[in-house]
Amino acid sequence: MSVSATITDLAGWILLVSGSAFVLIGAFGLIRFPDFWSRLHAASVIDSAGMILLVAGMIVQAGPTLVAVKLVLIGVFLFLTGPTGTHAVANAALVTGLRPPGDDAAPRDAAASAAEGTGSGAPGGADGAGGASGGAAGADGAGGANAGGNP
Amino acid sequence: MFVVGAGALLIAMGLVLYRLYAGPTLYDRVLAVNAFGTLTVLFIGVLGFLSGRPDFLDIALLYALINFVGTIAVLKFFRYRAIGDVSASPPRQEGQE
Repeated sequence: MSVSATITDLAGWILLVSGSAFVLIGAFGLIRFPDFWSRLHAASVIDSAGMILLVAGMIVQAGPTLVAVKLVLIGVFLFLTGPTGTHAVANAALVTGLRPPGDDAAPRDAAASAAEGTGSGAPGGADGAGGASGGAAGADGAGGANAGGNP
Repeated sequence: MFVVGAGALLIAMGLVLYRLYAGPTLYDRVLAVNAFGTLTVLFIGVLGFLSGRPDFLDIALLYALINFVGTIAVLKFFRYRAIGDVSASPPRQEGQE
């Protein structure tokens, strides 16, 4: 009896401390990552791993009471809404025109890369002419230019 | 040991507040507000255990609901410049903060 209670207590503390570690890792990533699209991953660490481990630790510490039921409700709700909110933020940023650095599909970046490329394949002037096929060709040329320039 | 969780959550909330202050784009700030809301919910839960009053969990659940709805409302407002009827105003074009 006492041994099982001790093991349950220890499991709760381990869950709480590891959840705290994941929350700190996510917060440091939110500070240290260079652009918005990588900061999304750090925020997801807080929303998924840190939240799940902390709520599980609190459930184990609470025992089979009404408090555990409330904690399960909080955990399920945060588990559903955290990724949904992160997706909504990412979708809004993408629709508004924010692009990750080095993305070939961005219209302005593709035009700039094709203009300053050394003409591997189609000429860069076709990208500025607009149109779906012209944009695709310009994106391909920009990809080739980036692949040549990155290493 | 609940003190460890509360301290870690407070430090994380401070770091997220720095990103909320210094975020270069609007979406960094919205992301920071979303993460701050999640951290606040967890902190209220841990604080309930720390003070021996787990009744705070009702407040935490309510805060989780308001946080999600608020994030979606802020994103919708900055996309359409309106909260209610979005058909009256056109969506924003790219290139704006």
